[in-house]
Amino acid sequence: MAAFADFWATYSTLVYSVGIHALLALSLWLTLSCGLLSLANAAFMGIGAYTAALLTLNLHWPFPAALLGGAVAPAVVALIIGAPTLRLSGVYLAMATLAFGEVTRILILNLQITGGPEGLNGIPLLTTGWYIVVILAVAGYGLARIRRSRLGRAFEAIREDEVAARLMGINVESHKLAAFTLGAVLAGVAGALNAHFTFFISPREYGFENAVDILTMTILGGTTSLIGPVLGASILTLLPELMRFLHAYRLAVNGLILVVVVLFLPTGLWDARRFRQLLKNRRARKGGQP
Amino acid sequence: MLEQQLINALTLGSVYALFALGFTLVFGVLEVINLSHGAVFMVGAYAAMTAVTRFHAPLGVGILAALLVSGLLGLTIDALILRRLRARKAPHLIPMIATLGVTTMVTSAAQGLFGVEVQRFPEAMLPTGEFVFGEVHLRTLELGIVAVAFLLMALLFGVMRYTRQGRALRAIAESPKAAALLGINVEGLFMLTSFSAAALGGVAGVLIGLDFNAVTPMMGAPILHKGIAVVILGGMGDIRGALFGGLFLGFAEVLSKAYLSSQMGDAVAFGLLFLILLVRPVGLFGRVLERKA
Repeated sequence: MAAFADFWATYSTLVYSVGIHALLALSLWLTLSCGLLSLANAAFMGIGAYTAALLTLNLHWPFPAALLGGAVAPAVVALIIGAPTLRLSGVYLAMATLAFGEVTRILILNLQITGGPEGLNGIPLLTTGWYIVVILAVAGYGLARIRRSRLGRAFEAIREDEVAARLMGINVESHKLAAFTLGAVLAGVAGALNAHFTFFISPREYGFENAVDILTMTILGGTTSLIGPVLGASILTLLPELMRFLHAYRLAVNGLILVVVVLFLPTGLWDARRFRQLLKNRRARKGGQP
Repeated sequence: MLEQQLINALTLGSVYALFALGFTLVFGVLEVINLSHGAVFMVGAYAAMTAVTRFHAPLGVGILAALLVSGLLGLTIDALILRRLRARKAPHLIPMIATLGVTTMVTSAAQGLFGVEVQRFPEAMLPTGEFVFGEVHLRTLELGIVAVAFLLMALLFGVMRYTRQGRALRAIAESPKAAALLGINVEGLFMLTSFSAAALGGVAGVLIGLDFNAVTPMMGAPILHKGIAVVILGGMGDIRGALFGGLFLGFAEVLSKAYLSSQMGDAVAFGLLFLILLVRPVGLFGRVLERKA
């Protein structure tokens, strides 16, 4: 038990980070499941983080209420910018969301209430392990249910072929908006949780690099199932700790992983179909021998 | 001092245009959003810096070094990554993600090799001449930057317009399949495009490094974002659009910094980009394209 206490004292922040990154990766998984490549999730995370932090800092709201605020604020923003933005497709959407992310970051940097470049300091440390575990579990369960529901099937249909989906009677626009907004909610909650255990937030944490990090986690893990993004987030959070000996070159490993995965494992690390195929091949080989 | 600001804007705008030209060329011909263009730009600046400070080469040789090193980097990225993805007919987003990985790798490697501190060209190397018209000071350095940028752009326009290769490239931009059927060496021209685009990006890197006299491993990210803004302003894959878009962004940024607020200069660029995408996704000068996706 003492050994566990030691371990926890050293690594609890790391474990928290894994949970929050997993939540972020799942938020992007949701938008991707509808075929939308959004680079706005880091900005939504920032909006959630700042909203929740300001609610607890200035208005002394209880933490669950602040978390709710951190979920609602990005959702409102997503609904407003989503309606016109989601008319764009493919690379144009990626560019528009990138621009939105930059505008958000620059606004946070220049506003009075957000503390400008110094950010917000002294955010109460309210995030406990249980919050992360429960929220992650609820999100995972909810997403698993959505996936097998009418809504999830519609997302999948839109991702595979927008025209065909429309012909089947799916309201493409409202479904895209739903995926975009739900992704923003998850990212916002992750940001709110993160703000309440790092004590300090600044605009630098919600820029383009962070949008890319989220994308890397999701793509590395694979988007064919919910396990993929969680796996990707865990690997990319823990890997830098193991790669400390590389010093300045540490990030290079992240880049290399991204390139290698895109080139050689187009479906990511976790692909249930590939595993099944492997298993079947092996069984077939065994069965083939007399 | 409006005149002085206009000169600054022209300098900045011409470099933005040069950078965006390479970016838009790759999109037009290869149909790839090459997010490693910012990293290639940074590598160009360091190539010139190394040539000038370590090998005591003159500035002109430094610019040539940037052109070659960046061009070769672009070629390597094409040969190792983009070509495989082309062969696989990967959807649009995949090369974008792969080049993002390249950016992370190259930036991190530059941080390890050169350190994160700002490096500066030795003052003695820079042209110090100045033309004075009344209250306006026109530095030879700025003049040189504008001249190099426009020279390279004119070269590219000339090649695209009047040479066999340029015509072939335009044919590929229309339809790679049809171009291949006409006996055009599509793969070779793809590689040529990757090389020239990266070379232009590398030279833009030196020019920005000279303009601000600062080179850092992180200099690629902001220009990449601005390059994207420029290309969308001018229309994706449109070479003339990149020129106008670059100059336009240079003027918008410098003037809003001078007359609104120093921080909001960047917000103007992206606010503008966001607006354009919502109102007119094909860009200010772009033709209405068929939606392929």
